[in-house]
Amino acid sequence: MASRLLRKAIVCFSEKVTPQSLSSCRQMSSGVQQITMIPGDGIGPEISQSVKDIFSASGVPVEWEDVDVTPVKGPDGNFRLPQKIFDSMSRTKVGLKGPLATPIGKGHQSLNLALRKAFTLYANVRPCKSIEGFKTPYNNVDLVTIRENTEGEYSGIEHIIVDGVVQSIKLITEEASMRVAEYAFKYAHDNNRDSVTAVHKANIMYRMSDGLFLKCCRHVAEKNPDMKFREMYLDTVCLNMVQDPTQFDVSAFEVIREGKVLTGDLGGSSKCSELTQEICRKVQELA
Amino acid sequence: MAASLRRTQPVIVQTFSRFLKNKQDLLRNVERCIHDSLPVCQSVASPVGKQVATLVPGDGVGPDMMNSLRDVFTHAGVPIEFEEYFLSEVQQGQSVSLDTVVESFKRNGVGIKGIITTPSHFKGGILQTLNMKLRSELDLFANVVVIKSLPGLKTKHNNLDFVIIREQTEGEYSALEHESVKGVVECLKIITREKSRRIAKFAFDYAVKHKRNKVTAVHKANIMKLGDGLFLQCCEEVASYYPTIKFENMIIDNCCMQLVSNPHQFDVMVMPNLYGNIVDNLAAGLVGGAGVVPGESYSRDSAMFEQGARHAFADAVGRNIANPTAVLLSGCNMLKHIHLDYHAKVIEDAVHRVIKSAKVRTKDLGGHSTTNDFTHAIIEQLHNN
Repeated sequence: MASRLLRKAIVCFSEKVTPQSLSSCRQMSSGVQQITMIPGDGIGPEISQSVKDIFSASGVPVEWEDVDVTPVKGPDGNFRLPQKIFDSMSRTKVGLKGPLATPIGKGHQSLNLALRKAFTLYANVRPCKSIEGFKTPYNNVDLVTIRENTEGEYSGIEHIIVDGVVQSIKLITEEASMRVAEYAFKYAHDNNRDSVTAVHKANIMYRMSDGLFLKCCRHVAEKNPDMKFREMYLDTVCLNMVQDPTQFDVSAFEVIREGKVLTGDLGGSSKCSELTQEICRKVQELA
Repeated sequence: MAASLRRTQPVIVQTFSRFLKNKQDLLRNVERCIHDSLPVCQSVASPVGKQVATLVPGDGVGPDMMNSLRDVFTHAGVPIEFEEYFLSEVQQGQSVSLDTVVESFKRNGVGIKGIITTPSHFKGGILQTLNMKLRSELDLFANVVVIKSLPGLKTKHNNLDFVIIREQTEGEYSALEHESVKGVVECLKIITREKSRRIAKFAFDYAVKHKRNKVTAVHKANIMKLGDGLFLQCCEEVASYYPTIKFENMIIDNCCMQLVSNPHQFDVMVMPNLYGNIVDNLAAGLVGGAGVVPGESYSRDSAMFEQGARHAFADAVGRNIANPTAVLLSGCNMLKHIHLDYHAKVIEDAVHRVIKSAKVRTKDLGGHSTTNDFTHAIIEQLHNN
């Protein structure tokens, strides 16, 4: 777990010293990059500390800005994220986040979700790569899942119609679908990937909603004729992935679609991965 | 002991005499039919004990699989008759009406079904698919997929044995969608207390009946606090009535991860519709793929048997390469359901022996044999007890 967080931080750092990014470093008077650190709940503080220790040991020129995200009660009585985190993140533009616990079936909105909404973190990128020397049932896994992070099943729009009947809304918009599809293709280009797979469930349910998502992916695929494009049903993907994960390259997943299934292969826990998206965004900005 | 025997004795005598009387009646009936050439009565027309089941071959390789099933059943001498109906959404011209099939299922109470492909191109009109209509008409609320490693078939995880129970009449598959403004689509997921309780009770009853120890509810109540929250709450309520069964809950994303990294921890899993679809397929992948995992769906009074992972495998039509194991094992489950345990066991053993011997295997299991070779190998094994 700690190594995972560390790896992410290293990715973040190593990308910074590439020649292209030197210009952005030079803008800092001291050359020290500020990074927002959200230690998180549970084992979060421990693993964050280990990252800090290792970074200072290797003399990385970063300055951590610790932010506590314990929810505070707003004027309307609802719990929300403290203002500090928004201030800090808008200043540093990059953060390292530990896992945040979410109360199940009650309580305040997921903080992960709130963070994503606040900063429009629309693309979640998870490169799943086998680690050399760490034996798992699946070897040579190297695929990337890209997940739309702001809408879909995670819209958070729910209501009780009558007692005992709940309606949750899955929201799909053309704007967000186009955005993530474009991101997926751009990512595939930039990282020398061969193909993009759109994962959907437009056959059984979601004929309109996933249909729209699929339409957007096709549209972007047409604009990128050099990239191989495939469409697959979610259930088929799950089945094939556990049998032979090597057949996938970049997958444009939708929100709930379990890209996380693969992090299991890597021996990690999925919860602290929200940060990759921020790092990759940063990497992109610098590149 | 003696007292209880004395109490039960009259009952036994009574039952026995009633049985004798019934038999005499039956014989008299038969005699009368034969000798007096009266209209033939029911018991003579279809031999006593022969059961009728509905058969829907489905799309893709479905018809081939069903042929293989029929061959095996005939050679095993299974006393069953099929009422076959072709139901399809992609070949509508040849399809019978849904009502015919529903009526047949209701009459027989049991049947086997191939996979009905749903065209992914939606052209306005009705959002509900044929599969969804069939399930809601028959109220097949519970889908059960038993994930069991086949002896002798090497996969990444071995000795798996767990059960996935899926609610399949509501949730994400509600077919309620609309485009509020252009480019913004809303899709409703419905969770009700009634149906959540019903599936939870089904899962716990299943666990008790099949001597399982633990039920895991799979949900996403951290995000969908009301909808999945209600589902989870219902599971917890029902769990309190079953103190001997351990109850746990798990978030769907973690569940998928645990399934590929440590699947042995699961026993019975219960979940809403879409998660069930995902987990069924993922778990089927763990033990050999869509070709080897049987499944079953239950309503209050009918049972439908089908593949556990629903793939029509349309690429394989006419190529004689598909694996009929899933359909054969579904057939065996159907036989068990109608108390033909002996025949079910004979066929199941034959299938297991063929797979274990590893001589005849279809392409999906790493062999080069055809569907027909595989079927014949099983038929040969039927009599090699």
